[in-house]
Amino acid sequence: MVTVTDFINAGLLAAGIRLATPIVYAALGGMFSERVGIVHIGLEGVMLTSSFAGVVASYYTGNPWIGIIVAVLTGGLISFVHAVLTIKYVGDQIVSGTGLNILALGFTSYMTQIIWGNRGASDSVQGIADIALPIIKDIPFIGKVIGTHSPLVYLMPFVTYACYYVLFKTPFGLRVRAVGEHPTAAETAGVDVIKTKYIGVILGGMLAGLGGAFLSLSHLNLFTRGMTGGRGFIAMAAMIFGKWMPFGVFASGLLFGLADALQIRLQSLGILPPQIILTIPYLLTIAILAGFVGKAKAPSDYKPYKKE
Amino acid sequence: MSEEVKNNIGRETDSVVTGDKVVFQVIAIVIAFVVGALVLLVTGYSPIDAYVSMALGAFGDIFGIGQTLTQATPIIFTSLAFLVAYKAGLFNIGGEGQFLMGAIAATVTGIYLEGLPGIIHIPLTMLAGMIMGGLWGLVPALLKSRFDAHEVITTMMLSYVAQYFTSYLVNYPFKAPGWVSQTERLPVSAELARILPPTQLSSGIIVALALVGLVWFLLNKTVLGFELRAIGFNPTAAENSGIKIDRGIILSLVLSGAIAGLGGAVEIMGTHKRFIDGFSPGYGWDGLAVALVGGLDPFGSLLASILFGALRSGGMIMARATGVPLDINILLQGLVILFVAAPAAIRGVFRRKD
Amino acid sequence: MIPAINMKGITKRFPGVLANNEINFTVEKGEIHGLLGENGAGKSVLMSILYGLYRQDEGVIEVDGEIRNISGPSDAMSLGIGMVHQHFMLIPSLSVVENIILGNELTKNGLELDYERMLKEVSEFCDRYRIEVNLEAKIFELPVGVQQRVEILKALYRGADVLILDEPTAVLTPNEAEELFMAVRTLKDEGKTVIFISHKLKEVLNICDRVTVLKNGNVVGTVETVDSTEESLTDMMVGRKIIYEFERAEQPEQKKILEVSDIEALSDRGIQALRGVNLSLMNGEILGIAGIEGNGQTELIEVLTGLRGPTKGHISLDGEEITEKNPYERIRLGISHIPEDRYKRGMILEFTVQENMILGSHRDRFTSDGITLDQEKARQHTIGLIDDYQVQTPGPEILIGTLSGGNQQRVVVAREFSREPRLIIAAQPTRGLDVGATEYVRKKLVEMRDQGKAVLLISADLDEIWALSDRVAVIYEGKIVAVRNIEDTSEQEIGLYMAGGNDE
Repeated sequence: MVTVTDFINAGLLAAGIRLATPIVYAALGGMFSERVGIVHIGLEGVMLTSSFAGVVASYYTGNPWIGIIVAVLTGGLISFVHAVLTIKYVGDQIVSGTGLNILALGFTSYMTQIIWGNRGASDSVQGIADIALPIIKDIPFIGKVIGTHSPLVYLMPFVTYACYYVLFKTPFGLRVRAVGEHPTAAETAGVDVIKTKYIGVILGGMLAGLGGAFLSLSHLNLFTRGMTGGRGFIAMAAMIFGKWMPFGVFASGLLFGLADALQIRLQSLGILPPQIILTIPYLLTIAILAGFVGKAKAPSDYKPYKKE
Repeated sequence: MSEEVKNNIGRETDSVVTGDKVVFQVIAIVIAFVVGALVLLVTGYSPIDAYVSMALGAFGDIFGIGQTLTQATPIIFTSLAFLVAYKAGLFNIGGEGQFLMGAIAATVTGIYLEGLPGIIHIPLTMLAGMIMGGLWGLVPALLKSRFDAHEVITTMMLSYVAQYFTSYLVNYPFKAPGWVSQTERLPVSAELARILPPTQLSSGIIVALALVGLVWFLLNKTVLGFELRAIGFNPTAAENSGIKIDRGIILSLVLSGAIAGLGGAVEIMGTHKRFIDGFSPGYGWDGLAVALVGGLDPFGSLLASILFGALRSGGMIMARATGVPLDINILLQGLVILFVAAPAAIRGVFRRKD
Repeated sequence: MIPAINMKGITKRFPGVLANNEINFTVEKGEIHGLLGENGAGKSVLMSILYGLYRQDEGVIEVDGEIRNISGPSDAMSLGIGMVHQHFMLIPSLSVVENIILGNELTKNGLELDYERMLKEVSEFCDRYRIEVNLEAKIFELPVGVQQRVEILKALYRGADVLILDEPTAVLTPNEAEELFMAVRTLKDEGKTVIFISHKLKEVLNICDRVTVLKNGNVVGTVETVDSTEESLTDMMVGRKIIYEFERAEQPEQKKILEVSDIEALSDRGIQALRGVNLSLMNGEILGIAGIEGNGQTELIEVLTGLRGPTKGHISLDGEEITEKNPYERIRLGISHIPEDRYKRGMILEFTVQENMILGSHRDRFTSDGITLDQEKARQHTIGLIDDYQVQTPGPEILIGTLSGGNQQRVVVAREFSREPRLIIAAQPTRGLDVGATEYVRKKLVEMRDQGKAVLLISADLDEIWALSDRVAVIYEGKIVAVRNIEDTSEQEIGLYMAGGNDE
């Protein structure tokens, strides 16, 4: 006999938090990019390439933390390319993002085979071990949910807060918000619009890179072909669902992570088809866009900015 | 639909392609292959061997040509789908989802409407695919028209819903007995005949070619095509001439979805004969890329589809013959798209050379 | 006394037009100086030069007695010149104080925004200039009048001593305008200098100490407002001009083609743009609607063509109620429209001449089966019209974007007139055209009239109204304030109404 507590339990919530981590980071990254007015459909490609780069770095140095740093920098670099194509050359943001996604898949898969042979995956590398928080892990129920996680998981709320702080409490954040919403007005106020856009996109890419790093260096400790599995796109949905606000994005990321954990659990229990559960976050996002669940106004109109 | 959204329909004319299109498309492709060659060199392979092997594999013999065209067929559909929406100024990036929904609808119609003569069954099955795909395009269209919801996001979300939903259907209600996540096989009456044995090429390619012509005709020779293009270029002027923007947007996305859905149907009826979970390696996304590489023109899409099909089928041969990882063809695809995405950058390079 | 601003011999040319012709313009410190003139008089250009948005072709600018090179707005701002444009440069989701300090943010410890300090500093400005604004409110929550004050505050905060206000009351209600005037007077009390660009006589007489009148790029004169009246200013603004004479054929049978009753409508921004418009138009006449741009003309045209729904009122065409009809239906009923912005509304640049020529009637006349376009018919039709209307183009298959402005307009006119309409709405039909094209378009309008069509001519060019109209009406602040037969009135009278004088 299957009871509710068989599947909604502390283990599920813990899994949900874990699964949410890459999404939250990527979504925060996408948020910065969109806040300066650039759609970053290539988030998936950024995550994938960062995952790969992190594993390669850890493989050759034996140090997973170097892997993390490399992954973050890679995320920034790839996004820089996207930025050049869309800011400087006013290339279609969608086209550039799509190209990056496909290129990322091709490049990382190709290189994986070159380095580790035709297995569709890399060797195992040094990963970031989970840490257990003393005292907290012994609290009934809550301890099981948040007591033992990767450091990158624990970093999440701090990074989220940092995003909030930067965006709403610093001059840079003010300019970001101004540039995304009304670049001409920002320009007349003396803000360097182009530079701000570049920084926003690159910063966003770095955050997404962190999400990718989590996947390959903490959640698992290897790289598999196409391992992001569409999480970049899910991150975009989470970003919209979270209305482009840091804490909202954090919360909606957790929601998507929970849905993911739920469907895995249901799969093993064989009750509800997991696929149906998985559609819920996407349907919800559509509902939000349609204004059924509060109005979602994008922070900008995504039009390329042409300097007068 | 709000003024704001009306103003955001329609593409920037300096985005993607204008002017001497063909030249720049070809240059982009060449540059992509050059960069790919560099990657091959750096990782210890001979680009010449690889490319020659790929070319021979794709076009060297009847089998190669057959497989190339087989791989190209679904991409022709999805690229035309993207194209039709793009001409009206809309970004339908949910082609994958519409493709899958069309495929499952055709599968179900094929299997459960047994006993019909082929001459009825085949068109009916294809129609089912079109209708389902069209519905999958109708939803984002209505959401845009009523709620100003940007179709980039809604089509993409629905694409995911389609992937999961079809997966569910294939794993539960319509699952065939056995370990594999797939449906029963289609009855012969719903199959599209193989026209080039022993390759997998079916008469689906003929449907695809016909569609290329149809889309060209629609866009250039019909009233509807005229209106869609007007909306795509200048919705304000179109509105002024009495063209109904909302209607145009809905029709454009529905048609787009229907074409992709037809592609899904044809792929099942011709190549696979049953719906296997995950059978599509991303034909929808390929379609987007191909449409752009093809210069947003139906015949260009045809040529570019064949190119991408060649990359796939030739790639498989090349991988076996030279040991170069198969994924090089995906890498090449990505490079081609990126270089097509920056025509201004390419133009800039050329100006510096003058 | 050294003047705050002294512009000497300023000349500025644009292709085809001399916008400013050796203009001398002096503004004394601490005065409120009005700049008055019709559309195209050159006021905005002159001030844009002062603010650094344009460079003058000839002439010098002296600020506080020293010759200065103003190459951009930041130069102007560093010299203490600030400008409040008609289209606000404010970021809607940010607060007032955030908009004001953007670009000059204050921080505590170098990293975090110091809202306390910024609020304190800005509110000191508010107190000094007696501008009441909730500094923490978000811009989108504020009414337009308050937003404008934020713009003024912004300029003051950046150190403006000279404030240029460009048609500030264009977006304000009468109450808000009053508040603005109080604010402007306070500015003067605090020693600031204000340049007030306007076309509205009452305001200029109300608030300004002196006023300079521009006409066709020239300075007509500078007068003290205490010594002026609405009539004397109108005289300077409008003056006597050459009137083209067109033969006016007598019309046999007069019936009412267009009836517009009590139309009210909102603009895109949600402000009341039309406040009860009444109009009627007979067949075989040209009714010219005179008025400075921004008084509701655009919205009126949109309501008449079906592009905007009125909030109140009715429109009927030859007795048939059409208020609820969409643009497609109206085109079929015989309404043709030459849009005021041919690039945005009139044509599709990426289409060929032929494709543009059949826009609007493509569904009705150029298809035999309702599905396919009859390209051959379209081609013949286009070739014929290219000939009739003397469009200079290598052929019908050419992209219209490659044609000159004058030829583009010919295509638009050809298209609209060849539909055998009953009512023609011509909005600024000769704007941006050379003399030859202008002459041609006007000739065609008279031809249409002679053929018995009803023509509604909306133009900011009083010459044009005078040359073509049988009757003339004036639109001012969303209402028709006067209707006269052309023989019963004068340019002065119309000019007066256009500027808001002589309330009936």
